[in-house]
Amino acid sequence: MTQLPFLSLTERDREEMLASVGVASVDELFRDIPKGLRFDRTLDLEPPLSEPEIVAHLSELAERNAHTGRELSFLGAGIYDHYVPSLVDALLARGEFLTAYTPYQPEMSQGVLQAIFEYQTVICELTGMDVSNASGYDGPAVTADACYIAKHTTGRSKVALSEAVNPQVRQVVKTYAPGFGLEIVEVPHRDGVTDPDELREAAADAACAIFQQPNFFGCLEPAPDLAAAVSEQGGLAIAYVDPLSLGVLEAPGRYGCAIAVGEGQPAGNYQAYGGPHYGFLAARSDYVRRMPGRIVGETTDLSGKRGYVLTLQTREQHIRREKATHNITTNQTLLALAGLMYLSWLGPQGLREVGETCLALAEYAKERLGLPLLFPEQTTFKEFAVRVGRPANEAIAVAREAGVHPGYALRRDYSGMEDALLVCVTEKRTREDIDRLAETLAA
Amino acid sequence: MPELPTGLRRVKLPRLPELSEPEVVRHFTALADRTFGVDTGFYPLGSCTMKHNPRTNERVVNLPGFRDLHPLQEEDGAQGALELMWRLQEILAEVAGLDAVSLQPAAGSQGELTGLMLMRAYFADRGESERDTIFVADTAHGTNPASVTMAGYSLQKVGTDARGNLDVESLREQVNERTAGLMLTNPSTLGLFDESIEEVAAIFHDAGALLYYDGANLNAVCGISRPGDMGFDIVHYNLHKTFSQPHGGGGPGGGPVAVREMLEPFLPVPVVAREGERFGFDFDRPKTIGKVRGYYGPFGVFVRSYAFIRTYGPRLKEMSEAAVLNANYLLSRLRESYDLPFDRLCMHEFVLSARNLKREHGVSALDVAKRLMDYGFHPPTIYFPLIVPEALMIEPTESEPKERLDAFADAMLAIAREAAENKEVVKNAPQHRPVRRLDEVKAAKRAILKYAFDEHPDLSGEPGAAEAIEAQKGA
Repeated sequence: MTQLPFLSLTERDREEMLASVGVASVDELFRDIPKGLRFDRTLDLEPPLSEPEIVAHLSELAERNAHTGRELSFLGAGIYDHYVPSLVDALLARGEFLTAYTPYQPEMSQGVLQAIFEYQTVICELTGMDVSNASGYDGPAVTADACYIAKHTTGRSKVALSEAVNPQVRQVVKTYAPGFGLEIVEVPHRDGVTDPDELREAAADAACAIFQQPNFFGCLEPAPDLAAAVSEQGGLAIAYVDPLSLGVLEAPGRYGCAIAVGEGQPAGNYQAYGGPHYGFLAARSDYVRRMPGRIVGETTDLSGKRGYVLTLQTREQHIRREKATHNITTNQTLLALAGLMYLSWLGPQGLREVGETCLALAEYAKERLGLPLLFPEQTTFKEFAVRVGRPANEAIAVAREAGVHPGYALRRDYSGMEDALLVCVTEKRTREDIDRLAETLAA
Repeated sequence: MPELPTGLRRVKLPRLPELSEPEVVRHFTALADRTFGVDTGFYPLGSCTMKHNPRTNERVVNLPGFRDLHPLQEEDGAQGALELMWRLQEILAEVAGLDAVSLQPAAGSQGELTGLMLMRAYFADRGESERDTIFVADTAHGTNPASVTMAGYSLQKVGTDARGNLDVESLREQVNERTAGLMLTNPSTLGLFDESIEEVAAIFHDAGALLYYDGANLNAVCGISRPGDMGFDIVHYNLHKTFSQPHGGGGPGGGPVAVREMLEPFLPVPVVAREGERFGFDFDRPKTIGKVRGYYGPFGVFVRSYAFIRTYGPRLKEMSEAAVLNANYLLSRLRESYDLPFDRLCMHEFVLSARNLKREHGVSALDVAKRLMDYGFHPPTIYFPLIVPEALMIEPTESEPKERLDAFADAMLAIAREAAENKEVVKNAPQHRPVRRLDEVKAAKRAILKYAFDEHPDLSGEPGAAEAIEAQKGA
């Protein structure tokens, strides 16, 4: 049989090694497995493929997907087609970043440790918070994590959740709730935004309340009023934010939030059919001892030279086991590094410019489309909802025939929104693209 | 551009780096240079399965049809992605010997939590919510007991017997109608296959409880022994261990779960289903636990793992055989110089103890680890599992040629000699890394967790004490 490409032993190696072990065959190495548990046939899998065959097979599968290079896409709703600069691809492909693991041995891993320290700094700067962890699984999962922090720090077990938060996030929070011993109360939106008085009422005796800025409909929430309403009730205000909005929108730490969370994907990650991406979680320093996951800290070596290590590990599962703040170990470091590289490339002015471009293009799109807005009173960031005058999924199907994906059908998550289309405009779309969308929807 | 309401408009811009592109490239290149990966050299970090990451997988994951596909694209515009996920589900079910798979969990630890949520939902559905206890081995990764707490269960620890198997007698006494299940890694973190697993499974099943398989060590037994056949009802896989998703400096991973038929109705939504030649999502599952992460899971990880498995096909068994042969060979070369707490053939990894060096020369497992760096190797996992003092947990994986195993063994033997003859060189290691030993106690005490610009403290006047926090990892 041909040699498998990723194995390194020759027949002669095998013989020498078996002799050193003192067994006659490879099979004998498995003698501790009870007889009845030895798998007695060959795995029923398709025959091995060579590298060119793998590439051809996967290319054929990829070819059957309508990606954003093929359809002109205005889909957003939580995952966004922002530009990823070339240097991110090039630097992430460095084998040292790609093939290292969690930096348990800091002398071997100063580079990745420093990168995580820088990531924590950048996330704190974006969100206006004191401390960030090294990343969580994704936006929805870190939101559930934030609820767990709130439960432990307040001793309360209710979570108030705005209905204008991304449905993916709400579903995940609800799934985690029974194990965490949390009860979820949802607060309806009013004309596309959350009402501070209603949130205040729902947040009575709550561990925390969660709102999204800009919210799932793209509308700007009265975030400072919402944060104040929650804080008045003694709960933690948690904002779910879009990192690419934070060059133009105020940082949650500046309007009274205790924790800021979000999906990092818009900053430096491709859409990738939903993952892997990174969830960021940043908090006021009061909550650092309850935070989940890896955190990197600065220290010195024996000679006084600056260095970085994993720190505050007494929160973590490998030390505290059942008393840990969380079970997370593998996180999303490589994707978080992409975020750091992207933001380092963009810089503060660049971040503001991307945000302003999104704002301006979305306004142009609203005018150009000329369709009734679902929430005409609200200010929006890069997404807005329109009424297309027929079931939105029909409008999408027709537009896709013309090579345009016009947006997300809100009926998939909300009742009474049969004809509502959530349109997203990133800085990658041009005015000509938007003209084409308008013509397609009008046809 | 619209006027943003007062109070919502950002006043002070975030202090992000302000660098030209060439400087950004140089900065991260310098950081890469100070990081050690599998590409750099041998990385026998026990329980982490640091195997080679084929570059083909990076090429295919970056095909625009995968990379630039929006997760909310209509199903007819994602047939290739859906087919790939469906095919991966089928493969994983065959490898585990179970019936149904959810690809959704983001990592092993989230797979664990998902598995426990499935247990909870299953027992609630049967009117057996009084089952509130999960048994976990004392050799388990820290994630197991942490998952038990997060899932709202009570923990019951199980001891290990003299051969490194679960203590069956104590299980017989303690498992009862309040027991929800067992979480077990098999082979265990000692690198040993539990010889009593059939008996253990019978004890739990007879009590109406379920068995959960932590797939951290699945790399030992692919095509050789299947968790479903061992009696496990729920399995998680670590796609970043067994199926070669690159570890990325800490992630991403993938933690799909497979289940026996009676647990299928409770799997996270959506499930990928096939109808004739078409693939689609099934959201209509009234008993589902819900969703544990956004969308469908870490899709890019699926692409890489699928490509990896297709390279082996039915010969996947040869991967596990090579991993187990490599581990046993390395063990045969080291057993005379280090203590071996459980003297058996190992599976894909083995655990030595440096307690002989500590007792005789005052050289600890930590010292051995640091000295290995000077020889150009990444250290093994140390101080884990917790039941072995001065533990060195070594997992070579199937990737390594004999020559590299020999070079590593030579270094380990040299260090054992140095401990006796020239102890200072071991105690003062490493000498050839960008930094010397770091003060972890100071890091925790000062808690400098971000750059503070003008207010950033200067620690350089305070040399470190090389104080390490023991118990360094948990995989």
